[in-house]
Order: sequence, then structure tokens, then C-alpha cells
Amino acid sequence: MAALKAEGVEHIFGIPGGANLPTYDALYDADLTHIQARHEQGAGHMAEGYAKASGRVGVAMATSGPGATNLVTAITDASMDSVPTVFITGQVRTDLIGTDGFQEADISGITLPIVKHSMMVADPRHLPDYIHAAFHIASTGRPGPVLVDVPQDLSRADIEYESASGPPDLPGYKPSTDGNIKQIRIAAKAIANAARPVIYSGGGVINANASEELRALARSDNFPLTSTLMGLGAFPAPDDQWLGMLGMHGTRAANYAMDEADLIIAVGARFDDRITGKLAEFAPRAKFIHIDVDPAEISKNVPVHIPIVGDAKKVLPKLTEEYIALGADSSRTAEWWDRIRAWQREYPLNYERNESGEIKPQAMVEAMYRATGGDAIITSDVGQHQMWAAQYYHFDRPRRWINSGGLGTMGFGLPAAIGAKVACPDETVVCLAGDGSLIMNCQELATAVRHEIPVKVFLMNNGYFGMVRQWQELFWEGRYSSVEMGPSPDWVKLAEAFGATGMRVEDTGEVEGAMRDALAAEGPVLLDVRVSPEENCYPMIPAGQAARDMVG
Amino acid sequence: MEAGTPDLIKLEDLEAASGRLSGRKHVLSILVENRPGVLARVAGLFSRRGFNIDTLAVGPTDDDSISRITLTLDGAVHPIDQVTKQLHKLVNVIKIRDMEPGETIAREMALFKVSAPVESRAEIMQFAEIFRARIVDVSRRSMTIELTGTLDKIEAFERMIRPHGLIEMVRTGEIAIARSRPDA
Ligand SMILES: Cc1cc2nc3c(=O)[nH]c(=O)nc-3n(C[C@H](O)[C@H](O)[C@H](O)COP(=O)(O)OP(=O)(O)OC[C@H]3O[C@@H](n4cnc5c(N)ncnc54)[C@H](O)[C@@H]3O)c2cc1C
Ligand SMILES: Cc1ncc(C[n+]2csc(CCOP(=O)(O)OP(=O)(O)O)c2C)c(N)n1
Ligand SMILES: [Mg+2]
Repeated sequence: MAALKAEGVEHIFGIPGGANLPTYDALYDADLTHIQARHEQGAGHMAEGYAKASGRVGVAMATSGPGATNLVTAITDASMDSVPTVFITGQVRTDLIGTDGFQEADISGITLPIVKHSMMVADPRHLPDYIHAAFHIASTGRPGPVLVDVPQDLSRADIEYESASGPPDLPGYKPSTDGNIKQIRIAAKAIANAARPVIYSGGGVINANASEELRALARSDNFPLTSTLMGLGAFPAPDDQWLGMLGMHGTRAANYAMDEADLIIAVGARFDDRITGKLAEFAPRAKFIHIDVDPAEISKNVPVHIPIVGDAKKVLPKLTEEYIALGADSSRTAEWWDRIRAWQREYPLNYERNESGEIKPQAMVEAMYRATGGDAIITSDVGQHQMWAAQYYHFDRPRRWINSGGLGTMGFGLPAAIGAKVACPDETVVCLAGDGSLIMNCQELATAVRHEIPVKVFLMNNGYFGMVRQWQELFWEGRYSSVEMGPSPDWVKLAEAFGATGMRVEDTGEVEGAMRDALAAEGPVLLDVRVSPEENCYPMIPAGQAARDMVG
Repeated sequence: MEAGTPDLIKLEDLEAASGRLSGRKHVLSILVENRPGVLARVAGLFSRRGFNIDTLAVGPTDDDSISRITLTLDGAVHPIDQVTKQLHKLVNVIKIRDMEPGETIAREMALFKVSAPVESRAEIMQFAEIFRARIVDVSRRSMTIELTGTLDKIEAFERMIRPHGLIEMVRTGEIAIARSRPDA
């Protein structure tokens, strides 16, 4: 406990059990807040939401066996989205390990491919060192989940805590963060010679807390900028230089700009296949600068011409400075901007609007933007609603958009919102949920009620696994297979059963008002918003196709 | 002007920094912390990333806290720099050396159990002698031969001996060390 406190931990999310009884006993009178989740997966996503909202390490705990295996999805999610998290699991007593003891699961083995690092504590005297090393590894370089597995007998041992004297001794772990200055100079010169540059920024900029630095680079010469789903908010939307999100459900302006660019400046983005589509036709005219703290990301999917390994926070200011020093001619991008403006005029994001009656899902997101004044932390589940939020809620600050991108974990939104609200109690936190997703972790409504965490759940209820239905409609000849949700549950009653407030709205004219009421109400609220069931999310690049093949 | 930074950079002249496939066999010599589970991490990484290991040998080094993993893989199938970069991300991996073929001494040991009725023993022993292999066990029907050498030598011996009836073959996988520079 003392080691956790020394790491600045104030909140832990988890569930007790036999193997971590000693730890929970220590929590009983520790000066730490423990949020008792209702499923370990929920605890894990809470830790993620906490980390994403605050930039601090999120901590979740579970007992051995089923407690630990319930964490696996959250650990994988944290790994895919590079979320700084520490997972502490109980393990059976040392003498039972390997005997198929009661509630024994080889959680270190199970999680080997999905952790940044893991450790099984072997000597109780070293437990504090393990904890410090875990926090160090989770939060530095490219962040990620670290698992600490503690056998029950070892967590019982009473040890004197001596505060760590320095950084942990990890001979094989030395992230490079500075960025090679020669490479940075070459990059600046390449930019100065580019007539059709685009900045492609990603979640790494948010993680680096480098939004200001990114803006400075973009402003240094009116560079067009697009971002991934995970990078939204690092650059303000809307803005003259903002092209919108790129990728599968990005804007045409962003995707066409990537397609025609002569130089792409990738910052903290990992060339995911939702961005590149068909690799052979991805940005065929472009050379690439890639700034990333993880050397293995460079040239992993797309060969890069000017790699810069380093922390965006340190590299971007140097790059901006070097670029400005070159005094490049700004007018070189004038034609490029004409072309981009033409795409923006021709293909704005749009949908058929209506004043009353059916609620269009896009209109729901726009209402949410107005009701929150654009000033809330929004978490999301996975599906169409997630994409519409990315398109229509204009994030203008980092750490305001919290979602599951890499793993695409349905059921992420509610627990992540709880974690975010715990991290940022003064902010409004809204979970934009999907009806398919919400039920996967709806038990955490009980957590919100029990701990008085006033998150607001705006449920985009289309009666379908909408994203899957859309694919079946478009690519599988409309053969709807297991995508309808049917009438169950009654969400208002479900909310009430948990002790939360339940509300429902069915007319588009009333959505914003209902949302304002939900925001004003005390405590956790679930607002069931009945939207058009068969609306499709456009535009889109069909999987495995190229930017030019965008439809809708 | 800083040395090494050209004055002018034309985009057309930029080349992608990483050559993807080298097309040859690589021997990676990897120093790892000597801790439980490290081999599982390395092996797991290969399967998770879809890399195939051709051979793998693990052993101690002159430092107790450090072990060495020597593994070989085919650079015609795998982008070696991606493999080494992924390996480097393992916290317990301390150092990786992609051994330069011209500057490396690589050896493997193999044991061959060959069917050896009396009438063919002389010939088998002759082969063994040519290859400087040692006969380490003999029974009524078979002989066991130990051979150390380069991969080519071991494979050549295998081809010679196979027609006699190879009962079993055990190979260690290659280990390698860098050649010393001539009197530096
Ligand atoms: C239904 C669905 C649809 C989707 N559609 C889209 C879509 O249309 N468009 C889209 O963009 N995504 C989409 N995604 C998300 C997509 O799957 C990927 O998660 C996302 O594109 C990855 O974002 P990223 O490249 O910013 O990388 P992240 O996963 O955020 O990775 C961050 C990168 O930054 C690096 N980094 C971390 N810290 C630092 C630092 N301090 N300094 C420098 N670098 C750092 C990391 O090494 C890593 O390479 C979708 C997901 C779902 C579930
Ligand atoms: C845990 C999990 N299971 C299955 C999927 C596959 N999947 C992706 S989107 C989706 C439908 C989501 O439905 P809903 O939450 O209602 O969102 P909508 O698309 O309708 O907005 C499914 C089943 C997934 N991403 N995650
Ligand atoms: Mg739905």
C-alpha cells in the first residue's frame, strides 16, 4: 500500500476474493479510495478511463483465477490503445502454484502477448520494487498495461516499506525520447520542400500531452491536419486547418488529401489498417516522416523515409523551430489548399435533417454537443454511435474523447465514464452508449450508484447491432443475421432497478431538452434515445479498399 | 551547417529508411535477463507476430544474471529490423546482435543415430572421419555419431548418411560468436 501511495495512487478499481484478501485487508484502513466494481472487466475499463482522462496511471485489482481472467479484455484493450495501467492480481499460495489449486489460473502466461510487461512476485521484500517498476514501465515510453501477480502468502508478509531511492533497475528498458536532431533537420527541410503536405496525428500526441506543440507546428505554416480516431481533440475541431478525421469513416477531404499528398508528417499514429485500407494504394504519391516513441512502429506497415524516434512533446518543438528557421515560402501550398477547399465544399459531412419526429442518430450527437456546450468528457462504446460521435462532436481539447479504438471493445463506455469521472470529478462526463454495447457492462450502473459517481449515459438506441447490420446490408446482400435486439430490456426500468434515474425520448425536437434535464439531474442517469433504426454511417471506405473508393 | 545534413532535400530523392526483406538467413544473438519466463516471452513474441524461428539455442553466459538466446530465422520471409525492434520491446531483453555473416563464427552440434549392420560400418566410419565426426556409441545394429560444424557441414553429412538408414537425428540449433578483428 505504501508503495502505491508513493506512486501517487489515489484510486483503485477492483473486486476482492480469496487470493487477494490480504491486500484488501490492507486497503481497509489505507488512505486510498477503492471503487468496488461489479465485474473485473468493468474495473479494468474504469482504470483505463481514469488514465485516459487524467494522464495518470490507472490501477485495477482482481483476485486469482476467474477474477484475473475477467480482466483479460481490459488488459488487451489497454495494450492496443497504449493506456498506462497497472493490474494487480492475486495468485494462489506459492506452494499451490502448478497444482491446479483452487482458483488458480496462470494469468501471467495468459496475458503474455497482451501486456507491456508482467511480473510474478517471488519475494515479498521486493514487492515495493515491483510496484515501482510496474508504474515506471506502464507510464513511460509507449505506455501500456503492466501486470503484477502476487501470490496470496506473499501479500500477507508484513514488510517495512522503504521509499525507492531512484528509478528501478531495468537494464533492458530504456525508451529513447529526445529524437535525433539530424533527422529532425532533414524532416524540416523535407517539409519546406513539400507542396502538398499533410499532418497525420494520432493518439500518441494525446499521450505525450503535446497538443500545444502539435498546434504550434501546424500554425507555423498553415499545414492541413487530420487525425485518427484516437487523436481527436489534440487539434481543435472545427478549425480552418482541420480536415476532420481520416480513415474508414473519416471525411473525404482528409482521405483524399492523404491520397494526393507529397509529404505526410505522421505524429504518434500507427498506420492502422482502418487508416491505410488497401496498403498498396495508400498515399501512393507521398513520402513519410514518422515521429513515434516506439521504434517498432516505424516502417511496421508503411515504409518510412524520415523516421524520428522520440516523444512528440520533445520532438515537435524542435521540428517547428527548425522549420521556421528555414523561412520557407508559404505560398507553395496555395494550390494544395484550393484543392482541399474544393473537396470540403463538395463533400461535407451531412445527413437528412428533420425538425420533428424520428431522431436521426447524427442529430442526437449534435444535440449532445449543444446540451454539453461542447464541454464534456465523452466516452463511447463501439459501433455506429462511436463513429457518429467522432464525426459530429467537435472535440477541441485533448483527453475529452475516450473510446476503444484498437480492440473495439463493446461495453467499454460506461465503466470508462465512471473511471473518467473519478479522475475528473469537476467535469461533466457523458457515456454515449450503444444498445448492443451497454448491456455488456451495464452492471456497472450499480457501481455508479453505490459510489455516487454521477455519470450520464446517453443511449443511442437503434434496436440493432447497428454497425454489423450496416455491413450485412451493404456487403452481405441485406441478409440480417443475429443483429436485431428485440424489445428487451426496458432501459428506463433497468436504470431504475439499479437505483439510477431512467429517462426516454422519442422525438427529435425533445432530445436536447431531455439531455439538459439529464445533465441537471442528480446522480447517474440513463437516457434512452430512440433513434432511426436503419441509418447508415457514411462516408466509409469498404474494408481493404483505398481512399478513392469511399462510398456514401 | 551541421555535418551530415544536406543543404537541400528534394522529396524525390528520399528513400524509405528500412530495407524490408534481406533475403538471407540471420543469426540473432540475444542477451536476456536470466529470469523465469523470459524464454516464454521471446517464443511467445514470435508466435504472436507470426515470425518463424528456424533454430533456437539457450544457454548461460559468463555473467550469471544474463543468458543468451541464439536464434536463426529467414530474412527472405521476415523483415529482420521489425523482428529485432519487437524483441527490444521486451523489458527483459538487454541486447540484440544481428550477426554479420562474414564476421561471425557459427556452429551447431548434431547427433546422428545410424543403422549400421556390420557390413556397412567401415563405410560409415570413413564418412565420419572425412567430416571429423566422432563415434560416441555403438550397438549391434546402430552407431551414434557426434558432429560439430557449420550448418552446411551438418547438412552435407546428413545427406551422406541418410541412405544408410538414419534412425534419429538431434540438432542443437546454431550458436554464434563474433570473430576477433585481426590483431586490433
Ligand atoms: C468501429 C471502429 C471504427 C474505426 N474507424 C476508424 C476510422 O475511421 N478512423 C480512424 O482513425 N480510426 C478508426 N478506428 C480506430 C482504429 O482501429 C485505431 O485504433 C486507430 O486508428 C489508431 O489510432 P492511432 O494511429 O492514433 O494510434 P494509437 O493506438 O493511439 O497509438 C498511438 C501511437 O503513438 C505512439 N506514441 C505513444 N506515446 C507517444 C509519445 N509520447 N510520443 C510519440 N509517439 C507516441 C505509439 O507508439 C503509437 O504508435 C476505428 C475503430 C473502431 C472500433
Ligand atoms: C465485445 C465485442 N463483441 C462483438 C463486437 C463486434 N461488433 C462491433 S460493432 C457491434 C455492434 C454494436 O452495437 P451497438 O452497441 O448497438 O452500436 P451501434 O452500432 O448500433 O451504434 C458488434 C457486435 C465487438 N466490437 N466487441
Ligand atoms: Mg445499436
